[in-house]
Amino acid sequence: MTMPLLKREVLPIRTETDVVMVRQAVRRLTIEQGFGLVDQTKLITAASEIARNALDYGGGGEAQLESHLEGGKKGVRLIFEDKGPGIADIAQAMTDGFTSGGGLGHGLGGAKRLVEHFEITSTLGVGTRVVLARWK
Amino acid sequence: MDRIPILRMGSFLIVTIQVDMHDRLALALQDDLTSKIAATEAKGVLIDISALEIVDSFIGRMLANISAMARILDAQTVVTGMQPAVAITLVELGLSLPGIRTALNVERGMELLRSSLASAEEPDAEDDDAAFEA
Repeated sequence: MTMPLLKREVLPIRTETDVVMVRQAVRRLTIEQGFGLVDQTKLITAASEIARNALDYGGGGEAQLESHLEGGKKGVRLIFEDKGPGIADIAQAMTDGFTSGGGLGHGLGGAKRLVEHFEITSTLGVGTRVVLARWK
Repeated sequence: MDRIPILRMGSFLIVTIQVDMHDRLALALQDDLTSKIAATEAKGVLIDISALEIVDSFIGRMLANISAMARILDAQTVVTGMQPAVAITLVELGLSLPGIRTALNVERGMELLRSSLASAEEPDAEDDDAAFEA
C-alpha cells in the first residue's frame, strides 16, 4: 500500500502513560486531517486497544503515526510493532471473547471493526505488527 | 500516584472522571470506590464520564467491575454523560456494557439512583407492615 505521506511520528510504548500519549497523538492527527468526532473516537479507541496489547503482551514496542493524502482523501495510518513472543493463532486471537490476558477479549476483533484497514502479522519469537488506517 | 477524587453526598458517592486515565489509574479508582462503598455504607455510586473522550475495553471492564462489586456491596451504580461518539464506538467495539445502568446526565443519574433506592426500600416496608399486622 503506497500512499503519499504527509507526516510521520514515532512514539514509544513502554509504559501505561505512553499508551495515553499514543491516544492523544492519534487525536491530534485525526483532528489535523479533519476527521469527524465519531471517526476520531473510533480510531483512537482502536489505537488504544492495540497499543495496550503491544505493552501487555508484546512487552512494549513503538507506534508509527502517519498522515496520508491519497487522491484527495485524507487518512491516518498507525503501525504498532512489538518484539514480544508473537501470536500463535491469529484467527483465535481475533475472536471476540478470546483473551490470554485479563481483558474482555475484544481488543483485536473490536479494533478491526473500528477501522477501514486492518492488518496483522505475527511471528513466534519475533514479534507482532498491526496496521490500522481510516480515511476521512 | 494520581487518584481520581471520590465525593460523598449523603448515601451516594460521586466520581467525575476528567482525565485520560492510564490503566493503573482506572484500577486504583476501582479499588478506591469499592473500599469507600464499604467504609461509608453508600447506597449509590454515580460515575460521570462526560469528559471521557474514549472508553476502550479496559475502561469498559473497569466500569463493569465497579458496578458488579458495588452490587455485591448492596449499592447501585449509574454511569452518566457518555458522549454519543463514545457510545457508537463502544457498540462497534463489541461492548454493550451489560449490567451497567446509564443515564444521559448527572441530574437524571441522581434521579435514577434515588428512585431505585426508594423502590428497593418499599418491599421491606411492606414486609414490616405484614409482620406488624400478623
